[in-house]
Amino acid sequence: MDVFAFYAFGAVAILASLLVIGQGNPMHSVMLLIVSFGALAGLYVLLDAPFTAVTQIIVYAGAIMVLFLFVVMLLNVPREEPAPPGVSALLGPTGTRLGALLSLLLGVEIVWALADMGIRRPESTASVSSVALIGSAIFLRHAFAFEATSVLILVAMIGAVVLARREHS
Amino acid sequence: MSWLPSPEIIAQLGLIVVVFNMLVLSAAFMVWMERKVCAYIQDRSGPNRVGFEGVLQPFADVIKLLFKEQLKPKAADTILFAIAPLVSTTAAFAAFSVVPFGTETTLFGLLDRPIPLEITDVNVAVLVIFAITSMGIYGIVLAGWSSNSKYSLLGGLRSSAQMISYELSYGLAMAAVIMMAGSLSLREIVMNQSGYWLGFIPRWYIWLQPLGFFIYLTAGVAETNRAPFDFPEAEQELVAGYHTEYSSMSFAMFFLAEYVNMVTVSAVATSLYLGGWLGPFLPDWLSWIWFLVKVFLILFFYVWMRWTLPRYRYDQLMEFGWKFLLPIAVLNLFVTAAIVLWVG
Amino acid sequence: MVTLNSYLVLSGLLFAIGTAGVFLRRNLITVLLSIEIMLNAVNLTFVAVGRFRGSVDGQVITFFVMTVAAAEAAIGLALIIALFRHRETLSPDAFTSLKW
Repeated sequence: MDVFAFYAFGAVAILASLLVIGQGNPMHSVMLLIVSFGALAGLYVLLDAPFTAVTQIIVYAGAIMVLFLFVVMLLNVPREEPAPPGVSALLGPTGTRLGALLSLLLGVEIVWALADMGIRRPESTASVSSVALIGSAIFLRHAFAFEATSVLILVAMIGAVVLARREHS
Repeated sequence: MSWLPSPEIIAQLGLIVVVFNMLVLSAAFMVWMERKVCAYIQDRSGPNRVGFEGVLQPFADVIKLLFKEQLKPKAADTILFAIAPLVSTTAAFAAFSVVPFGTETTLFGLLDRPIPLEITDVNVAVLVIFAITSMGIYGIVLAGWSSNSKYSLLGGLRSSAQMISYELSYGLAMAAVIMMAGSLSLREIVMNQSGYWLGFIPRWYIWLQPLGFFIYLTAGVAETNRAPFDFPEAEQELVAGYHTEYSSMSFAMFFLAEYVNMVTVSAVATSLYLGGWLGPFLPDWLSWIWFLVKVFLILFFYVWMRWTLPRYRYDQLMEFGWKFLLPIAVLNLFVTAAIVLWVG
Repeated sequence: MVTLNSYLVLSGLLFAIGTAGVFLRRNLITVLLSIEIMLNAVNLTFVAVGRFRGSVDGQVITFFVMTVAAAEAAIGLALIIALFRHRETLSPDAFTSLKW
């Protein structure tokens, strides 16, 4: 049952991500990415991390993607324009061939490097990690990182407001 | 009878069927109650032709909607136009899956072990409800965008901006209750409210968190786009907002989603603040009756508010959400945290 | 039998897909979406390794990665809005005037 769920969620995640980069309508890309995030949340539940799964849905699929959606609707993002004529035969149209080759190389390299890890069986953590454990880890051991991210969010808020402001000319 | 699955699985599936049907029936009941209460507030008598006092009116409405023609604007984005009502409805129903509505029961001894009366209980139940409610926003945004019409787009954007703004206060009010109960599971939060002070005052969290209850209900009303926060679908301003271009069953699904969202907000409010299914005089296996009574009270309050209060203008609505409700919710959280630290 | 390898291979594939999106797409918004795919692949790696080592640190790091991703998405989108106002297009080839 777990194996079936893993393959199902994994297939949905990969298929949705391929469609995100593969098809032209930006609105559909945003929706497909939300589907991919949902599949990843399912994978987190399989990994005994329900808190991370719910946080993924709340933060990523529920907030960040709404931001993307609003920007796509606001700018009325058109379908992609065809690429300008290529620079050279090696690069292909605007470097597409080289780019595709590099990504393929990266994929193969990562899969080959990870295919021989020493760990084969999961450790025997019988209990689902409780939210209290995560909370104590964040607020006690990683307290500095937590405070730093709060400053980061403040900077990002101010930056976003300033950057997207209309210029008064 | 070894080909049947075990009694536990049958009971679990039975629970799912019961909850799903109860939600659909409660939406139908809400249609009737809304029209009746609205009528009596406006000093008339409401639907009284179809069935006794009009109780079959919702079914007549459904039959009428089923026979209407399903239209789609020519320039609409087909896939998104079709899935928008599905997203809304699915999110509305799925959010109820972690709400408990009764104690553990063995169903009159048919089961070996008692099962709790809910679909499932995860240890992060409150966050699950929050997450699924966030997903419900997409139904409205997609409906507004894919209809490719001015009124829909404006209504959809306004509605989703409103929902996002009030989600913060919603979450902060829930966080205060979680701090007091020490757990994210709704069943444990309800069990923490059992017992009485002085023998007759139940230990509900509404006495300890009156401000939190007010914040939660206000944010819940705004989340479900109901009056007085229903500017995005106000008939006088925006034709019908994000569901202008929808007809027949798609429109019915948006309506269904709205009513089921109301039921979910009420159910979570009773679990968090009013002690869930706990109540005197009834035996354990009938405790869900208390749950229904409390949910019904909050739903009545919802309908009463709609037909009594005037509607907020959109900028007033957003100002109220960000400049008034959010600071109060944060203040409530601070005070609750201070008291929990001081007492505990 | 689902081992750690399966999860790591899956996240590796997702990361490669995200990289391909950054290289190949001519639309700034889709480039940002591909970056989000990459960040998610990394999150999956953290949670998987954390689970298989019995430690909760994987999920803690995921929490911080999500926060950073939110901040980066907000600033990236604000930049895109500002850029769109200048050139009325979202293709990266329109913003090459500093190129040598």
